[in-house]
Amino acid sequence: MTEQHAHKRQSIDWAVIVTYLLLVLIGWINIYASIHSADSPSIFDLGTRSGKQFVWILTSLGLAGAILFLLPSRLWESICIPFYILVLFLLMVVIFVSNDVKGSHSWFDLGPVRFQPAEISKIATSLLLAFVMSMQNFRLSKLKDLAIAAAIIILPMLIIVAESETGSALVYLGFVFVLYREGFSGWWLGLFGLVVALFISTLTIGIYWSIVGLIAAMVLFYVLTGNVSHPWRTVFLGMGSVAFAALLPAALDEACALIEGHIDYLNHRIWVPQEGESARYFWSFLPKLKPIYVVLALSTGALPILLYKAYRKKDLTLAIAVGAFLIGILLSFSTDYIFDNVLQPHQQSRIEVLLGMKEDPSGVGYNVNQSKIAIGSGGLLGKGFLQGTQTTFGFVPEQTTDFIFCTVGEEWGFVGCLVVIALYVFLIARILIDAESCRGNFTRIYGYCVAACIFMHLFINVGMTVGLMPVIGIPLPLLSYGGSSLWAFTILIHFPIPVQK
Amino acid sequence: MNDDGRHIRLLIGLGVVTLLLLGRIFSLQILSSSYKEDADRNATIYETIYPTRGAIYDRNGTILVGNKVAYDILVTPREVKPFDTLALATVLDVDPGFIKSRLEEYNKRRRSIGYQAVTMIRNLPAETYMRFDEVKYRFPGFRGQVRGIRDYPVNAGGNLLGYVSEVNQAYMDAHPGEYKSGDYAGMTGIEAAREKDLRGEKGYHIYLRNSLNQIEQPYKDGVMDKEAVPGQDIVTTIDASLQQYGQELMQGKVGSLVAIEPATGEILALVSAPGIDVSMLADIGKHWNEISSDPYKPMYNRAVQASYPPGSVFKLVNGLIGLEEGVLRPEMMYSCNYGYHFGAGHKLGCHGHKSPLNMEESIMMSCNAYYCYVLKNILDNRKYASVADGLDAWHEYVESFGFGRKLGSDFPAELSGSIPTSKTYNRSYGKGRWNSTTVISLSIGQGEILATPMHLANLCATIANRGYYYIPHIIKASEGVEIEPQFYEKQYTMVDTLHFPKVVKGMWRAVNSGPGMGGTAWIAHVDSLDICGKTGTAQNPRGADNSVFICFAPMDDPQIAVACYVENGGFGATYAAPMASLMVEKYLKGKVKRTDLEKRMKEANLMSRVKHD
Repeated sequence: MTEQHAHKRQSIDWAVIVTYLLLVLIGWINIYASIHSADSPSIFDLGTRSGKQFVWILTSLGLAGAILFLLPSRLWESICIPFYILVLFLLMVVIFVSNDVKGSHSWFDLGPVRFQPAEISKIATSLLLAFVMSMQNFRLSKLKDLAIAAAIIILPMLIIVAESETGSALVYLGFVFVLYREGFSGWWLGLFGLVVALFISTLTIGIYWSIVGLIAAMVLFYVLTGNVSHPWRTVFLGMGSVAFAALLPAALDEACALIEGHIDYLNHRIWVPQEGESARYFWSFLPKLKPIYVVLALSTGALPILLYKAYRKKDLTLAIAVGAFLIGILLSFSTDYIFDNVLQPHQQSRIEVLLGMKEDPSGVGYNVNQSKIAIGSGGLLGKGFLQGTQTTFGFVPEQTTDFIFCTVGEEWGFVGCLVVIALYVFLIARILIDAESCRGNFTRIYGYCVAACIFMHLFINVGMTVGLMPVIGIPLPLLSYGGSSLWAFTILIHFPIPVQK
Repeated sequence: MNDDGRHIRLLIGLGVVTLLLLGRIFSLQILSSSYKEDADRNATIYETIYPTRGAIYDRNGTILVGNKVAYDILVTPREVKPFDTLALATVLDVDPGFIKSRLEEYNKRRRSIGYQAVTMIRNLPAETYMRFDEVKYRFPGFRGQVRGIRDYPVNAGGNLLGYVSEVNQAYMDAHPGEYKSGDYAGMTGIEAAREKDLRGEKGYHIYLRNSLNQIEQPYKDGVMDKEAVPGQDIVTTIDASLQQYGQELMQGKVGSLVAIEPATGEILALVSAPGIDVSMLADIGKHWNEISSDPYKPMYNRAVQASYPPGSVFKLVNGLIGLEEGVLRPEMMYSCNYGYHFGAGHKLGCHGHKSPLNMEESIMMSCNAYYCYVLKNILDNRKYASVADGLDAWHEYVESFGFGRKLGSDFPAELSGSIPTSKTYNRSYGKGRWNSTTVISLSIGQGEILATPMHLANLCATIANRGYYYIPHIIKASEGVEIEPQFYEKQYTMVDTLHFPKVVKGMWRAVNSGPGMGGTAWIAHVDSLDICGKTGTAQNPRGADNSVFICFAPMDDPQIAVACYVENGGFGATYAAPMASLMVEKYLKGKVKRTDLEKRMKEANLMSRVKHD
């Protein structure tokens, strides 16, 4: 036994463990900061959320240690089917026995503790998916096998939607990446996802950011599926154009402010207008320049070149990417029309509620705006630990749970955001790389499931706080306050499989 | 398992998405500045600290206007929880129905009130406030507020001081950026004239508030707070006891008393009767209707705004102009046969006195005929091409005494009176269709001449100084308060200083010649004070003549120059001369010996004689 343990300890990926610990610690500090006030008790005060989180952290560490060193790893493969069924049962029971928490029925109320089965269903789904897909003869190209895998994913998803926890259900879309890794062709699914995503995003974040997202999606699609001859050049160009489009509105704003401030100077000092009016026209043209026109104009220039290139090299993927981009732009522009004229009023309102557009009287705009203000006011280095005003004084809703990232952004600035996101990306990438280096299919697939879950949570949550995603109430893994979520991710990450080389 | 490099592509995809997130965060945090401003607006709340308004002192350091505290009860309707209305009403000593009705009203206005506090009761007695303070914890939402209001320890100079009241929209529009709703500002008098000094600078505490608008803590421990700068104290030239004495004398009369220190131009007293009691100033709003409906217009400052014919005191000016022009010599004698006869049976009447008489005597006895000759000689002087030119030359002389224009004092709302020019008569008679006899009443200060009591006091100071005056002013320079440099400059008249002693002598004789000698102002005589004075009796088309008197004393070292104007007071010697001389006596001796006269003056009530609109 001791020998086996020693072997285990050596094969544990300590980088993942350290990253996990760092994130948990950052979360704990920011929970304290977000509820901090002048007469605030210490971070350990059990009457406050930071104190309670400390207890959750201690129990999670115990849990992690138990999983790593005490439980035999083979156990999981044998119990994953009953575990999955039990979780499905709990998911359904909770609908009928739970109290209404902000419209959703997903919490078991066990006296002092509350517990959300949707959190552990991610574990059960990941385990079962890994178990089924790692079986001999399982091929995603076979319709029956594909249907089984899809059912494993979609079943808990549907029940969670019935619990009115749409946000948690969206996370399950991340399992598509696992299927893709295991050979599933993402084309049709991708196209469907694109249409849905564009429709939602155009309604919630507006047409411009939808198109920025579309560009990112097309770059992603091409890089993932195409026969890329110069991968690094393609990646560089793709990322460059995404970054350009993302930074363009702010840059234009700045330019306009700059020009407005100096318009007289420009008109009279730099270029003395000889024919009077023409100079004014030249400078005042910039403020009218909307970022979307710039992007459309550049696209009109770039797309024919790309199409020609696709034709020359017989690159079907590139042609599809360009085509989908064009369809996407048309869809974006027609979304408002479809929403207002094709959909029935009750359908509209359902979508609005789903997207959080009709959540509270002051509108979803209030939450997102406050969240953006909190993050935006942080600047480069932030206001400093405990110096935040927006999160502490309750301008930001749910500041310890779903909007914990606001505290990071406000008090630690861009540098803090960069560090936190880098830690997550490192964690995800490390889990993926570890998974790839595993010899067993089960461990690899399970690792991908974990990475996909963390990724979906990260993207949806941070995307929500910065206004890129609709308000979808899911926690930021390891950072947000709450025992269910912390325990679930602790178990997810520390199952021997993903952390072992 | 071979995956065609799919795991690499997934990693790249992760990178792209990460970049998208970071780009968005970068644009929020670094590229855009509007969020920082929004955050500040969101979370900080400025609480104004009101500065103490500057006090106003008299020339001897007596406080004319100070500050005291008033106690108000504020209520924040949103924070009110169910409470015992009866108990609160008992504590505050008001009717329970009053509290109920106010709360109902606030409930109707709740949208506009929001989380603000509104004032429910103003000016609570101190002991009631203390009683409330002890039990206020029982009434959440109610709180007390201590507020500074004006306090007037002595009843001196109501009109002069002016009042302070809450600014209205029109006032805020007229002073953009300086005032906010709820601020107070001086509206009249010194309070208005020196508003910029008195008001001080508002400060503020910055607090952080939460999304429910509740204050959490001082912002950055208060280092960004700004202390209020208290208002500058103002020292006036007023002598509080003299001012008060003047007000007592003028009780029951309509008119003005103005006293000036000739050597400086400082106004010692400025009484306009009837005036405003200082007790009304403190709470002007409550008395507003009473004041504005008073037919005697107590807000109207007659001392600087009323234009009266100066009457015989103006003879002094004509005499001095005659001397300067060379058309009059002090020893010249004119005879007076109960007046000046001109044209076919026209006569400007005079009273019975010695005849013929020289210039000194003409002043002493106030002969009308003498000055008809003087003015005629001035206007018909050969050196002027026409009477019109003569009159314009005369006008220029008169204006050099300060008449017919604003003196330029630091007192707001001063008016100019008026002195006629040739144009005035060309307009009414036609060019060339009038002559010196047409305008002959100018000789005795009647007709088209109008002057304010301030003008007359200034004339008196000019004569006391033998030929120059300082612009009358009411603010003394003191630490932190400067006055305009022109107040330190001698203003010479166009009449040479060497002509003045003769006129002064005449004025001395008018007062000090002894009973039965024909001096018009014997009643103004005070032993050892050497008062020099000139009476005037000005016609008032709306009833009895106005009583006018100017005097200064002592003759050789003038300390005080006084002008007194009593509407419908009769002869100059009847009311104006006694009262002006009492002022001099009070100021120079500190105590009045002529108590019988003083009593008679104080008790005289002429209000029934005064006709008003």
